Amino acid sequence: MAAQLAAGEVTSVALTQAHLDRITAVDTDVHAFLFVDTQGALEQAAAVDAKRAKGEKLGPLAGVPLALKDVMAQKGIPTTAGSKILEGWRPPYDSTVVTNLKKNDIVILGKTNMDEFAMGSSTENSAYGPTHNPWDLTRIPGGSGGGSSAALAAFEAPLAIGTDTGGSIRQPAAVTGTVGVKPTYGGVSRFGLIAFSSSLDQAGPCARTVLDTALLHEAIAGHDPKDSTSINAPVPQVVQAARAGDVKGMKIGVVKELNGDGYQPGVRARFEESLELLAKAGAEIVEVSAPNFEYALAAYYLIAPSECSSNLARFDAMRYGLRVGDVDGASAESVMNLTREVGFGKEVKRRIILGTYALSSGYYDAYYGSAQKVRTLITQDFTNAFLKADVLVSPTCPTTAFKIGEKANDPLAMYLNDIATIPVNMAGIGGMSLPSGLADEDGLPVGFQIMSPVMKDERMYSVGAALEAALLSKWGAPLLDLAPVMGGAK
Amino acid sequence: MSSLSRDDVAKLAGLARIEMSEDEMVNLANEFTVILDAVARVQEVATADVKPTSHPLPLKNIFRSDVVAPSLSPEDALSGAPAQEEQRFRVPQILGEE
Repeated sequence: MAAQLAAGEVTSVALTQAHLDRITAVDTDVHAFLFVDTQGALEQAAAVDAKRAKGEKLGPLAGVPLALKDVMAQKGIPTTAGSKILEGWRPPYDSTVVTNLKKNDIVILGKTNMDEFAMGSSTENSAYGPTHNPWDLTRIPGGSGGGSSAALAAFEAPLAIGTDTGGSIRQPAAVTGTVGVKPTYGGVSRFGLIAFSSSLDQAGPCARTVLDTALLHEAIAGHDPKDSTSINAPVPQVVQAARAGDVKGMKIGVVKELNGDGYQPGVRARFEESLELLAKAGAEIVEVSAPNFEYALAAYYLIAPSECSSNLARFDAMRYGLRVGDVDGASAESVMNLTREVGFGKEVKRRIILGTYALSSGYYDAYYGSAQKVRTLITQDFTNAFLKADVLVSPTCPTTAFKIGEKANDPLAMYLNDIATIPVNMAGIGGMSLPSGLADEDGLPVGFQIMSPVMKDERMYSVGAALEAALLSKWGAPLLDLAPVMGGAK
Repeated sequence: MSSLSRDDVAKLAGLARIEMSEDEMVNLANEFTVILDAVARVQEVATADVKPTSHPLPLKNIFRSDVVAPSLSPEDALSGAPAQEEQRFRVPQILGEE
């Protein structure tokens, strides 16, 4: 698309209109979008076309439309983070990611659905109803960024932004047959990202190919003085790595603990097949062990709720968002209590209460304190593993997409989805998921996860691009060509 | 075996400023018995010799120079206010009656 735009074969207005039409045609079934900014997107597209007509030098993605996860503040555009407590809120400022998108002339189509405050693995926790997986509308599109992944898989947008706290970019990518990257923590600014768990949250790029993902990565990444945890160093050369796709001589470490029991046979088969292709492409496959990963899930479900119980205290009904029970004589405290009862959904309340408990005096050391120690052990496991391998790999998720409603009443079963993605967030390293084929037993997409050391994000793009090329020549066509046709031609 | 009673949940909900129905508190207390057992596994390896990690980056205090920069206008800052009065946020009564 970018090449056609640059060559003048198509205008950004035409391309944007085609995607808006596609959204109109299929989004009643998919429900990927919470808000479509038709007018804003077309205006932005027209401005890019005008710049191009004047011969201005534009970025590689200029004029290409994008779907933005609703957790990112965009000035004047409704931003809810999937929660009732922010219904109708229009931020008075742009997040840095949005500023960077606009600087690169990327056209923002609208805001995508998500689990409330990014807490969930299925998008069923959205206060505005679930999103449906384009491969099978009765199944989940992953979460929390299910709107972004479904928009890509349904061809409603060629690019999307996600955020990943425990797998919310990579797991949705895996179950929809798309590509998603969680950059190194601090690689992309968190300014204007509505915080869930500040030490784990990371925004990142999503697309249908590894190269598109890299181009978007480069557009949004970089140091930001507005985010004190943003890394002040050059952005890793991800585009160059994705173009070369060279794995010759690279050591790829298979994490012993992230495979085997509990992983669906079709997931394991596709994983083994991908390893063979990478070996054929010239990589050396080695096995590594990360003995403390089995405690990652438990630690995550203490650290993330603890941080969220503090972060979500800002929703106090005083300065913005919902306010309930503000009658004559009502105290501020009773207004807060009633607003938060109505404004927060079940999973958000569950995590706030869990976090409040884990941080309370008498339990702090046993829960939050112990979880922080596990975090150290997991980081050490990664450090040791990266002495033996340049990147680590695993299946992204233990299973393919499950049915909507199947795990809604079993929080622990739901949490298990993220067993292979969470360690990456705990250590702050980079992680990518790309499609590795369909599981034989259910015909649904399977994800392949690549993990790279801090600020060595280019390595996962090298491996991702090499695997994508090998799979493409094996399949003869992109995997998404096999997805059911929706709403007429793609 | 860790567990929480309905009263524990009521206390936590109070601290977290969330009004809760009786049903919600009872359900959460039941769920927490299972969830706490699962998360308590961290204690198996969190021995005294392991240092805690609170953040993935080894950051110390980050400073910036103190220069005046554009900021939100009062209108923008108040644009999302549930209620406002005289260019200020209007909030319910915070202090008790004298």
